[in-house]
Amino acid sequence: MSIINNINKVFDHRIRLGIMSVLMVNEYADFKMLKDLLKVTDGNLASHTKALECANYIKIQKQFIGRKPNTRYSTTKLGELEFKKHIDALEKLINTQ
Amino acid sequence: MNNKDYLKDISDIKNLMNRSSRFISLSGLSGILAGVYALIGAYLANGIITKIQMETHPIKRFLIGYDSIGTLLIIAFTVIVLSVLTAIYLTYRKTKKQHENIWDISSKRLIINFLIPLLTGGIFCIVLIDKEYFDLIASSTLIFYGLSLINASKYSIGDIQYLGFIEVVLGLICAMFPGYGFWLWVIGFGIMHIIYGTYMHFKYDKQ
Repeated sequence: MSIINNINKVFDHRIRLGIMSVLMVNEYADFKMLKDLLKVTDGNLASHTKALECANYIKIQKQFIGRKPNTRYSTTKLGELEFKKHIDALEKLINTQ
Repeated sequence: MNNKDYLKDISDIKNLMNRSSRFISLSGLSGILAGVYALIGAYLANGIITKIQMETHPIKRFLIGYDSIGTLLIIAFTVIVLSVLTAIYLTYRKTKKQHENIWDISSKRLIINFLIPLLTGGIFCIVLIDKEYFDLIASSTLIFYGLSLINASKYSIGDIQYLGFIEVVLGLICAMFPGYGFWLWVIGFGIMHIIYGTYMHFKYDKQ
């Protein structure tokens, strides 16, 4: 039962898992980088980053590069911790079955 | 979700982590060709050097030697330019095949980290030429090139760090025995590139 508890509902989606994976190994990523890597539409990506932000797992930083708006995403300490727990739970699930 | 989905999740995570932080589309074939160019360059340079050594008359020898410096530099420069162009072209072709971008954050990061030790070494070698410490040039090029590879390996295929270690060791041997500089160069830049390029080609390109 405890294993199932560690499966985090917020991460239980392919795109959210993807966003977290990229941000775990990079200091930050901008919107375009995430879009290219995950091959998703703008709206789709925006809604999933919003969900992760609401859970306080990622930070959003808006700035201007020249005159173009640029949005940078990075993980929070909480997000990193929860993501690691989630991966551990996934691995345990695979190993026990 | 069942077991299979979770397994796929884990492999997707690994894949994304690698693709977003490392530029892995380097072409092994370009390594082989760089080695071949280096060997051809070394063969041409060897011809010139032998000609200088054959000349017994000291003044004539000095004059031939002086004239040859330009030619030797042109050979070295051509080898470098050809190697870089080949690497860019073949890597571009490989990224196209894999529907990826050759110029993204991961490739920029790779190039910057490769160039930091390499340019330092380049400038250092120019200083050595200027101060006429010719004995140490061959070993410096090998050592700094090796360090560049080790530094770059964190942002690309991890295997290139072993090539880096080999180049550094060859460079250190070269510093102890500068007389063998030419042959250590042939091994380091020619033969090692061919061996490593072949290994990388069969490990990564043939998939």
